[in-house]
Amino acid sequence: MSQTIVIDPVTRLEGHGKITIQLNNQGEVEDAHFHVTQVRGFEKFAQGRPFYEMPSLMARICGICPVSHLIASAKACEAIMSVDIPYTAAQLRRMLNLAQMVQSHALSFFYLASPDLLLGMESDPATRHIFGVVGAKPELGRAGIALRRFGQHIIELLGSKRIHPGWVVPGGVTEPLSADKRDETLGMIPEAYANVHLALSEYKKIADNFKTEIDVFANFPTYFMGLINEDESIAFTDGALRLIDAKGNIVDDGITASRFTQVIGEAVESYSYTKFAYYKPLGYPEGCYRVGPLARLNIAKSMGTPLADKELAEFRQLADGPLQGSFHYHHARLIEILYGIERIEQILSDPLILDKHVRATAGVNRLEGAGQAEAPRGTLMHNYKVDSDGKITWANLVIATGQNNKAMDLGVLQAAKHYIKDGRFSEGILNRIEAVVRTFDPCLSCSTHAFGQMPLDISLLSCDGQIIDRVIR
Amino acid sequence: MSENVEVKTLTIDGHEVSARRGQTILEVARENNISIPTLCHLDGLTDVGACRLCLVEIAGVSKLLPSCVTTVYEGMEVHTDSERLQKHRRTILELLFTERNHICSVCVANGHCELQSLAQSQGLTHVRLPYRNPDLSVDASHERFTLDHNRCILCTRCVRVCAEIEGAHVWDVMGRGINSLIISDLHENWGASSCTRCGKCVQVCPTGALFDKSKVGSEHPKYPDFLPYLNLMRESQ
Repeated sequence: MSQTIVIDPVTRLEGHGKITIQLNNQGEVEDAHFHVTQVRGFEKFAQGRPFYEMPSLMARICGICPVSHLIASAKACEAIMSVDIPYTAAQLRRMLNLAQMVQSHALSFFYLASPDLLLGMESDPATRHIFGVVGAKPELGRAGIALRRFGQHIIELLGSKRIHPGWVVPGGVTEPLSADKRDETLGMIPEAYANVHLALSEYKKIADNFKTEIDVFANFPTYFMGLINEDESIAFTDGALRLIDAKGNIVDDGITASRFTQVIGEAVESYSYTKFAYYKPLGYPEGCYRVGPLARLNIAKSMGTPLADKELAEFRQLADGPLQGSFHYHHARLIEILYGIERIEQILSDPLILDKHVRATAGVNRLEGAGQAEAPRGTLMHNYKVDSDGKITWANLVIATGQNNKAMDLGVLQAAKHYIKDGRFSEGILNRIEAVVRTFDPCLSCSTHAFGQMPLDISLLSCDGQIIDRVIR
Repeated sequence: MSENVEVKTLTIDGHEVSARRGQTILEVARENNISIPTLCHLDGLTDVGACRLCLVEIAGVSKLLPSCVTTVYEGMEVHTDSERLQKHRRTILELLFTERNHICSVCVANGHCELQSLAQSQGLTHVRLPYRNPDLSVDASHERFTLDHNRCILCTRCVRVCAEIEGAHVWDVMGRGINSLIISDLHENWGASSCTRCGKCVQVCPTGALFDKSKVGSEHPKYPDFLPYLNLMRESQ
């Protein structure tokens, strides 16, 4: 008898999603999907609001990466204003974005993923969480918490609060950096280095235990997209997007925010509220691609900082050409944390970082604007249209999770086909299928601009939809 | 003190206080450091008794009276903080919150809003009534300022400051009751109105309904205390 396995909601993700796995009469996996189950409608209720409110309004989409929304939104507003922001404001924003990347990656790696990596995919679910990690590996647990605090504290120093700082505004930032805050941040850097080095060395020790997971966790050829600077080094706040194919050939380059909407389309599937982004010239679903840490490291020629460049060289040894296995997202995340700390240190050493001129002003000079930045989990694009008074008439956001959506969907199918045989599955197997999604660190709240709580509900359904068995935790 | 000044003695919350004839209960209370919450009142503007937050109990009077427009008399016994008054004040605030769309977290006045501060000081923890969520517009046509009807509580401070202090009388109120709206001139766009661009209305607005376009994201403290000084300077000329 055919049946459907439902993992609802998927745990240790940011947001609310579920997985369904359809088995055929022989108990083999026929199909599997990752669903995002809620919608919030930010794009609708932004309509009628003044554009200069957009950064703080849109940042409310997410409590993990509000800074990415602040920056993409402010850049879209600056396109409407047609201004270039002051040099120091740009530097400060880069630092804010990197601080957020560090804290978000620390959250993803240590709080959400490390219970699987350090305690094991099959370990007791009752202790498979950050406290379990702290119990088993106290130093690593502490390092994770400290790295998250490092990023969050920089955000607080710059923007007055950790979550939803109102500091980023169209035209720049509201307050310059003080010497005290600069020195306090510099004082935190040595500990942050020590913590990320510890995490990298621990990860490399255990990575070999996950050979099967590396092979079947969304490991297939796709395109990759991410921001790079003019010198082809990795970028988070500036630069333009590059799209490469699975062999590393450049498919499209210099994709600015204003061109983004011309080349990237969004497809809709009936089973998910998150759209599926694709590269228009290749069509859907052939033009689907991955974004985020793995994509960025596959695309950039260098990190542009000495320590991270060494790590990148080692990372590149793992494959000939772009790495295809999504399990490597975890490793890429740690390298990006290292890069973030190095870049923050460099930015703070800039003699102009305390400059008081941090904001440009202008009214409505264009009726449409788009802005893009790299969120921790991948490329983020905000696109607004306004009337002559600057009130939003139309808004569209393309979120990293939407761009990874097809790969997550196919990754769930790949892992389900590998692990589920003869209709039998255990908690550990279902955890592995959830863990496929976790490698991408998706933010489902961002992707549909939705929110929710995350208990786990697994239902075993017969082909006519009757619940045969159900586990809730 | 001139010979014509007549002194009245009264009690406010049990304290014996003296006042000049013609003073309001609110004035006398504040002179004696007795706090009465207000929203539509602003030192330097005529009082209209619109918001009803300053209601007080007076012994021998069955109705609650607004202290901003009720003058004192000899032997008056005033209570400003009874349980009944607290309950009424909280209800008034609840009604204000339900009437329009007050979303503090994304409001330009967050942290500098008199409505928000009053809700905190009056112990308003929940709104028991359903929100009306009206579909109200934003007037962003002015070069420097924005009017957001969603955050307006119809205190009419802007109307009074524009008419009484600036002398322009750009602002007024149209409609009745819950459908009232602040309008500029004869319901023109603010940007096309006879506004003098002085910005006094923005400074006296207790919420984020009137704000400066260059201030966004909770960075908009307002400074309405210029009014008494402005009046004083004019009187002395």
